[in-house]
This record gives sequence, C-alpha cells and structure tokens, in this order.
Amino acid sequence: MATAQAQMETKWWNGGRSPFNVEYGKLMMWYFLMSDAFTFGAFLISYGTIRFSQNYWPDPNVVFNAFPFAGHANLPLAFVSLMTFILIVSSVTMVLAVHAGHNMDKKGVVKWMIWTIIGGLAFLGCQAWEWTHLITGDHLVLMDGQVKELGTTVSMNPWGPAANVTGHEGHHVSTPGPVAFGGYFFGITGFHGFHVFSGVIINIVMLVMAMNGTFERRGHYLMIEKAGLYWHFVDLVWVFVFLCFYLI
Amino acid sequence: MEHSVQEVTFHHEPGGNEVVKKIIKTTVILSVITVIELGLGLAMYAFPMADALKLFLKGAIVILSLAKAFYIVGVFMHLGDEIKNLIMTIVVPLLLFIWFIAAFLWDGASWRNLRNTYNGAPAAAPTEQHDSGKH
Repeated sequence: MATAQAQMETKWWNGGRSPFNVEYGKLMMWYFLMSDAFTFGAFLISYGTIRFSQNYWPDPNVVFNAFPFAGHANLPLAFVSLMTFILIVSSVTMVLAVHAGHNMDKKGVVKWMIWTIIGGLAFLGCQAWEWTHLITGDHLVLMDGQVKELGTTVSMNPWGPAANVTGHEGHHVSTPGPVAFGGYFFGITGFHGFHVFSGVIINIVMLVMAMNGTFERRGHYLMIEKAGLYWHFVDLVWVFVFLCFYLI
Repeated sequence: MEHSVQEVTFHHEPGGNEVVKKIIKTTVILSVITVIELGLGLAMYAFPMADALKLFLKGAIVILSLAKAFYIVGVFMHLGDEIKNLIMTIVVPLLLFIWFIAAFLWDGASWRNLRNTYNGAPAAAPTEQHDSGKH
C-alpha cells in the first residue's frame, strides 16, 4: 500500500505530469469507449422501448435454438453460449497479452495476440452462421390466408403468435410477429459484429508491430494496452447484447 | 513520444504471478456467472411459471450481467487500478443511463397502453409459442 500512500501525497495538478497518471492516448481511448457505450446504449434502449410497446414479442429460446451440424435438434441458447465463451476467452488472452507487454516479454505478447485474433475470427464465423441460419431458415407463416415458408429479415418476422391452422405433417404455423424484431436484431448484432471486425484488424496491426519489434524499440507496450481496452469493450458490449436479445 | 513514458509516475500493477492468478480467478467468476444466467434463461423456457416469477428471474439476470460488466471493466480493463479522479470521469457520466433506461422503457409501456386502450387491440397478450416448428 506504499503506492497508495505515495499517490495520496502526490500533487497531481501542479504540472509536469499527467494528473490522471495515464498516457494521453489511453485516456482518450477511455473517453472514446464511454461515448461508444452511449451509442450502443441508445440502440439497446430503443430496442427496449419498441419491445415494451408490443403486446407480443418472440421468445428467444424458440428463435435461437439451432446449432451447426445438429440438424433440427431443439437446443435453445446453446450456440450463442458458445459464442459468449469464445468472446470471454479471447478477452482473457488479451489481458495476458497486455500482462506480457508489462513484462516486456515480446514472445508472450505475440503468442497471446495470435490467440486473441483467432478468438475474434471464430466469433465472427459463428455470427455469420447464425445470421445465415436466421435469414434462410424457413418457418411456416399464415399470411393473407395462405401458409408460406419465410425466413427472418428486417422486413419479416415469422415468429409471431400461433395461427389457428396446422401445417402439413402437423407442423406449427405462426402469424407474422412485430417487424421490428429482425431490424433490431440484425442492426445491433451487426453493429457489434462490426466492432469485433475492426477489433480484429486493430489486433492484427498490433501483432505485426509487436513482431517487428516496434514496441520493444519504443520501450513500452502501451499500444497493446490501448488495443486491449477496445477489445475488452467489445466483450463488455456483448454481455449486454447477450442479455437483451437472448436471455430476457 | 519520449515524454509519454515519463508521464506514467506509478506502475499500474505489480508484474508478478499475482496478476495471472487474478486474471484466472476473474475468468472463473465470469464463466460461472454466465452459466447461472443460462440456467435461469433455460428455466424460464423449460418450466411454465407465473409472470411475476419470470420478471423476478429476468431482474436477477440483469443484476448478474451488471456484475459481469463490473469485473470486465474493473479487472480486465484495469479501471480499478487507475486513480480515483480518472475513474470518476468515466463512471459519473454513465449515471445518465439510469434516466435513459427508465424514461424510455416507461415511454414504450405507455405507448402500448394507449394503443390497447384506443385502437381496439386485443386485451390479453397471445400465449407464447413453445413449438419450434419447421426449419
């Protein structure tokens, strides 16, 4: 606790040093992330407003119940749990990269950055599969007096209340649900996916710079810390996307 | 860029094995919380239950997610190791979310009530479907 004592006695605002004890770029990364949190927050709150204004909203356990190569097995939330764990693990490998950077351990930084990039790519692959499945997966919907096979898009939500007819072979038939479901789902998970994508690009740049020894020559790995902050933020946003779209 | 190194007066964390231990501990906490959330989410699907109980479980899941956010920001992003003034400039503006969420969800609920009252919409919400149907 000697550090805490020293911090108490330091005159932070007398000039000659950063009053927040961080480098400029890192402080600005924090403020950028705060503003980005409001962007995501506004999207999710708008989704909440529309959801609260509807008498019916699809049950995520029913919509998200598919798993690659599992055929028509009913596995609610299984795939999205896998995506969540992939993102948590890639966040952990990022912390380990930052930690290796503190110890000026170039090999460690390179190793953990590679794992982080692999995790990010795996997450993006999962999301591509999920979107494809939702858009192309056909569901029986009663529209204009006819039973049609339709997928989920920004203009079509086949997950509405049950229709009072039965499809061929006794399949379940729905009426169209609130159209906003697809728009919000693809819009918000797409915006998050875009953050993951740019995070992967940033991480690749950091990996190349680390491999070239740029940070070693500079004498510190602060750039890895800043990229790490962005990457953790992407994980943080997923916690809330996961909460709002899949859990509740 | 030379001066930026000297700006950092105190090291933000000790370099030893304690850090790795803390990271592993946080990882375990995050995973356990996620598993509990999934369990609650699936319980709402698997067992028919009263709306009030469902609402209670959803509230519990929200609180668990906030705990996850606290661990990610505090430990993984090392915000807990920064000095207090910096933490406050990040956390205090986020308090705006309290009004933001309350006001807009309230607005949505009011919208529904007005439509149901004046548009002749069905009084009772249709039952949720439980059959996954054809893919």
